[in-house]
Amino acid sequence: MTASSAPGFADRLRAFYLRSDAAKGYALLSPVMITMVVLLAAPLVMLILYSFWTQSGLSVDTTLTTARYQEVLGKQSYHDIFWRTIGTSSLVTLVTVGLAYPMAYYVAFGVKKYKFVWLILLTIPFWTSYLLRAFSWKVILGFNGVINSGLISAGLITEPLEFLLYNQSAVVITLAHAYAAFAILPIYVSLEKIDRTLLEAAADLGDSAWARFWRITFPLSLPGVLGAAVLIFVPTTGDYVTPQLVGGPTGQMIAYSIQVLFLKINDWPLGAALAMSAMAAVGILVVLFVTAMQLAVRQIR
Amino acid sequence: MADNIIRIENVTKQFAGGVKAVDNANFNIERGEFFSLLGPSGCGKTTLLRMIAGFEFPTNGEIYIDGQPSALIPSYKRPTNMVFQSYAIFPHLNVFDNIAYGLRKDRLSNRELTRRVNEALEMIKLTGFGSRRGDQLSGGQRQRVALARALIKRPKVLLLDEPLGALDKKLREEMQIELRQLQREVGITFVFVTHDQEEALSMSDRIAVMGKGVVLQIAGPKDLYEAPNSVEVASFIGNINLIDATVRAINGGEATLEGPGFGQFKAPAIDGLKAGQKITAAIRPEKLSLTASRPSGTHVEGTIKASAYLGDRSHFHVHIKGRETPLSVAAQNVDRAMTTGFDPARAVYVSWDPRSLILLKS
Repeated sequence: MTASSAPGFADRLRAFYLRSDAAKGYALLSPVMITMVVLLAAPLVMLILYSFWTQSGLSVDTTLTTARYQEVLGKQSYHDIFWRTIGTSSLVTLVTVGLAYPMAYYVAFGVKKYKFVWLILLTIPFWTSYLLRAFSWKVILGFNGVINSGLISAGLITEPLEFLLYNQSAVVITLAHAYAAFAILPIYVSLEKIDRTLLEAAADLGDSAWARFWRITFPLSLPGVLGAAVLIFVPTTGDYVTPQLVGGPTGQMIAYSIQVLFLKINDWPLGAALAMSAMAAVGILVVLFVTAMQLAVRQIR
Repeated sequence: MADNIIRIENVTKQFAGGVKAVDNANFNIERGEFFSLLGPSGCGKTTLLRMIAGFEFPTNGEIYIDGQPSALIPSYKRPTNMVFQSYAIFPHLNVFDNIAYGLRKDRLSNRELTRRVNEALEMIKLTGFGSRRGDQLSGGQRQRVALARALIKRPKVLLLDEPLGALDKKLREEMQIELRQLQREVGITFVFVTHDQEEALSMSDRIAVMGKGVVLQIAGPKDLYEAPNSVEVASFIGNINLIDATVRAINGGEATLEGPGFGQFKAPAIDGLKAGQKITAAIRPEKLSLTASRPSGTHVEGTIKASAYLGDRSHFHVHIKGRETPLSVAAQNVDRAMTTGFDPARAVYVSWDPRSLILLKS
């Protein structure tokens, strides 16, 4: 153990670790990376493999083929349910971001004290389980639900309204409520970061309050808005529980079809191909949407 | 009567919590002058500027801008523009769009807009930088963009909130000269807020010195330095030695005083001086001379307690027997060998011209 002896392997490793920022970074990342690879990437690879295989009876033929994709792309009912899913999710995104923006704006600009209390209050819908929240909307919107019985006892209607539940709007309402916090928080963060002097500068250069919002606040909060939109749009396209509970026959979404293929029809390769196609299509749509929004907002000068 | 672009009448600003940021300010700013608001941080100078800009409104009093009372005019309708301390360059816009920002709603033709922005870019010597983003510019460049963005609106008054504070010393000195030149060229009234007295002295036509919300004195740079009206102003602008003295006699324009360590000495009299009155006599360090041998004029004897060599000049702290605070003496290093003559603890003589003394009532 003399200082003059050649450094051992452990010492050299240690020196490398101390010298290299990349090594430190990967060391910090490794727990997450390992979890991601094992729990996320591996099943995804399995799914991709399955989508190129064929179900024959109870066994799976592992010869690679694109026949499953042709089947998915060729079937009109899959197209219909896919576009309905996109429509529902777009509507949910629009409604949620539209309602969340004023709330986030109020907390960021209007609240001076105890901001964090407000933020915690805004996450209260998250404190109960997702399933319970969907069920409670069933209670509110149902045939003998809160709205209908309220309106009947108030004498405004004699028969319960039937359009409240078991359709697309019920899905939109339930999902918008469930995902509210996902929208408020990113928008709040991006609004909070805006240097208030910029707004003073805009006022100084002749902008009224509305012009300041449109020319400064909105473009600078765009990252938050886009983040919120993606955070809502992507998971809701894959939502399965809410359409099942409140969607009825016209409110079903693509996750339902995938579930049917995997569990009822027991055709895993076709289910995998449908899942992969939907994933790719959603990915492309998101990229197109984000790029278009950024280009559009860049025109605001 | 002078042509006043801004009249500040009995303006008081009290913030929630009771802090009086500005206390009964009363003064005018003339059209076309370079006017500075000078004071330590928290003295209310920025609040005053922000009230002229319309970001704050006075609790009491009225600010007239070009003859118009401003109490009901929001900032976006005022004929003033501001250069912010942080520059406030819009991060999502490039340099061209930043400068063009205030012109967009004037519905100019594309050609006219481009011409005016390019003209502004030329003025700030950033031609060809139009497509850069704010974060690709240096501090000095961003400062100039902020200036162009405000000036392109052709305001009646340009408000500058410590615009040079974030620049390094050399650049700051360059920008001081550039700003002053620019102000003469465009002829717009500049209201300049700074805590840097040298900056205010070198650039302004007139300076208002503020302390604790109160305007203490308004004067040109030379008068402010050579004839301050109070101990506060005298000690805020530059260094000064203060001597607590008692008036012994007044003889025409000359007063005889007596102070600890100084014995009897003479100074130019001021109005309303009475024998027996307590008063503060003040003298600037550079108006004192240090000699190794006894001089013929008015002088005191002392010992050097500390010295600092600053290149072009040296500062000495000279202890005078009978006086608590040492005298501050500044000497130009005219002779390369000179400083070696004044070692610490050495007995020296401090002399002055009696006309250099200023009497300040406290």
